Amino acid sequence: MMGWLRFITQPPATPKGVTKPEKTPKTGVHYDTTWAHRPAAKLIRRFGVWSFFKPAIAFYGNPRVIGTDRIRDLDGPVIFAANHHSHADTSLLLATLPSRLREDLAIAAGADYFFPNRILGALSALFIGAIPIERTRISKLSLRNSQKALEEGRSLLIFPEGGRSPDGWSSEHKPGAAYLAKRCGVPVIPIYIDGTGSILPKGKNWPKRSRCAVVFGHPMTIGDDENPRDFAKTVERRVAELADEFGTGWWQARKNAYRNTTPEPTGPEAGAWRRRWALGPKPGQRRSSSTDKPPWPEL
Amino acid sequence: MKKKKPVANPRPGFVLEVDRQTPPILFHHGEGFRLEKLPVGRSRVVYPGEPLRGIADPDGAIRDALLNPIDDDPLPSLLKPGMKLTIAFDDISLPLPPMQRPDVRQRIIEAVLDMAAEAGVDDVHLIAALCLHRRMTDTELRHAVGDRVFEAFHPHGLLYNHDAEDPDGMVILGHTEKGETVQMSRRAAESDLVVYVNINLVSMDGGWKSTATGLAGYEGVRAHHNVHTLRHSRSFMDQENSELHRSNWRQGDVIKAHGPRIFQIESTLNTNTFGHDGPMAVLQKREWEWSIADRAAFTAMAAGLDRMPSSARRKVFHSWKAPYDVTSVQAGDVEAVHKRTTEMVYAQHLVPVQGQTDVLTMGLPYLTPYNVNSIMNPILVMVQGLGYFFNLYRGKPLVREGGVLIMSHPTPWEFHPVHHPSYIDFFEQVLADTTDPVEIEQRYEKQFAEDEWYRHLYRTSHAYHGVHPFYMWYWGSHAMQYLAQVIVVGGNERAVRRLGFKPATTLADALEMATDIVGPKPTITHYHNPPILMADVTG
Repeated sequence: MMGWLRFITQPPATPKGVTKPEKTPKTGVHYDTTWAHRPAAKLIRRFGVWSFFKPAIAFYGNPRVIGTDRIRDLDGPVIFAANHHSHADTSLLLATLPSRLREDLAIAAGADYFFPNRILGALSALFIGAIPIERTRISKLSLRNSQKALEEGRSLLIFPEGGRSPDGWSSEHKPGAAYLAKRCGVPVIPIYIDGTGSILPKGKNWPKRSRCAVVFGHPMTIGDDENPRDFAKTVERRVAELADEFGTGWWQARKNAYRNTTPEPTGPEAGAWRRRWALGPKPGQRRSSSTDKPPWPEL
Repeated sequence: MKKKKPVANPRPGFVLEVDRQTPPILFHHGEGFRLEKLPVGRSRVVYPGEPLRGIADPDGAIRDALLNPIDDDPLPSLLKPGMKLTIAFDDISLPLPPMQRPDVRQRIIEAVLDMAAEAGVDDVHLIAALCLHRRMTDTELRHAVGDRVFEAFHPHGLLYNHDAEDPDGMVILGHTEKGETVQMSRRAAESDLVVYVNINLVSMDGGWKSTATGLAGYEGVRAHHNVHTLRHSRSFMDQENSELHRSNWRQGDVIKAHGPRIFQIESTLNTNTFGHDGPMAVLQKREWEWSIADRAAFTAMAAGLDRMPSSARRKVFHSWKAPYDVTSVQAGDVEAVHKRTTEMVYAQHLVPVQGQTDVLTMGLPYLTPYNVNSIMNPILVMVQGLGYFFNLYRGKPLVREGGVLIMSHPTPWEFHPVHHPSYIDFFEQVLADTTDPVEIEQRYEKQFAEDEWYRHLYRTSHAYHGVHPFYMWYWGSHAMQYLAQVIVVGGNERAVRRLGFKPATTLADALEMATDIVGPKPTITHYHNPPILMADVTG
């Protein structure tokens, strides 16, 4: 009896002098998500959005949504490029994107994190419409997966920072989204997300309630002669302007943008505690140095 | 699901001769509808053209218009640090119904402000140029200019309603050669640049009327808002033959000479009032093209509306936001810009019609420029029919002189007490005495215009100015003089009689009554509006 069990569970030894053919991996960036964009899967995803993501985000984040008028006229596939604080970012965007755009959305998700095995990969693909990409480098497979989604008419959500913020400040944008925009000829929609770092920060497993917000920007198109790396910088700057718009208002943000005084989204180059201090009492609220009024009456 | 595009090749408006095959024709009837059979062989229906295609990239078109204005310098070259910039924009009366977000005013104002920010302009005021109309609520202002602009300017008191009765806030710029006073908001008059953001829904709007009327007060507008001028504006939708416009243009000359520099931005919309799909789309289709689904939707909608109380019906209709598309944006010199704008408006609205008619019929919808989010009181019913629809012609009126106008509207004896307080007194006191516009103007206008209580309500609440119902009455004075009789189908009998019109229960009764005036077997023309059309009458 035990012999049969061992026979079944233990792989056979490879004879000497024979090269065993390599198996094509079916996890990570190799995971095939085609099935997750069929109508039945979409229906399940729609059910998931309405029954889980929307109520959860409404409960935990009570989000403020700004700038949907800027994306009202969008018709074809686009790339949404957002800053990234938390896993709640994906839920927030799924809950707040207009349904017309959400229906055909693929989310570029870290292959190592969301597709480590076939079960987690299937859940990621089914419930959030994830497609696997490599976070640390531009690989052919990542590009193929993303390009395929855009060519099939789906929009793509990318977090160009490549991962969640470790300290509440943004990281530099990687050029993947810009490269795809150039290659596929689609516009990029910059998005600023605020407050999700307080709901589910990196390293925490259970959310807590805190207000959050999402600001959509105008579609941006890469020029014919424009370098994707330069365009990535432009998108990064636009996200910073949206952050400024959220913090100081649209008019002040526009003036700051033209004066080149838009606050740096990457924060000061300083030690950890000073970076955290500069974030202010809540992530997203910058601590102002001199312009704040004192909390006592003027005497 | 992708957004549905407008039809690829919109069909122009046309005139349908009614025959035995013609299905019942749609008449708007306030917050409801009627389907009416018109007599065969002597009736015709004027249909509006289908909505023109909108601009694919409105923001790009706006930017292009600001950078390449007509007969003026590019906007960025007019913006300097330290200057005073005032952006004035059309009020709640445009467009009708209000458009879906983003409103074209928002798009334009954001583009202008973006350039102002780039130029380092700090002193910016935004003024809703409402003249003697009611003040817009915060929600209405927010809808017009968008969240971003509203939140950036309104909390600081830099986005506000024009106050034509502010004793310190108005200035006289001068007088025209005909002695017409030219008045303007002090802030606008003392600005280095006034950017006017207009929506040209009909050909009457825009041009010098934007600043000369929109930013003026009673002293300024009484020059042309009077019976004589409006009776000699034939029609006031046709600028070439409108005394109203000639007067505004004379005032414009004074503004050019003594007022601030004006940079005019005008936009036109198509007539996509009820959408190409959705619950109201059927109202935009020609009756013989109604599908089974359309007929079912219409029947359900009409039955549902019949069973609702009037306040609920109003709520349903006033919550409708039209999915208009922007068809053009032009900027620069007021007159040059307006010429181009008018061409675009005519391209959408004009429908050639051969010859006049004995009897003109029209179904009046729920909305006029003066009852957005409000009640369409009997005076507004009059102004919709005799002021606006009657005057939507070029050449000569659709109906012959001495003809009969039949309009369909419930004409309830109902007024919005906050928006229209002076209308109530006008209806109860003035019209009970006389309906003659000239007598009304001479005996009552000054008293209402200078009434302190109306003035207070206009300045602090959301009331139309005390003189406004008079202007409404003058607006219809040309038609009143021209027509032999006006009949209202399905209206409140007492209210209709108070207006000086005749009530009728059905269209058949009204047509029968009309024969007493125009003789047996009269020719009938039905004016199928909305969506808006303008009759180009020849022959």
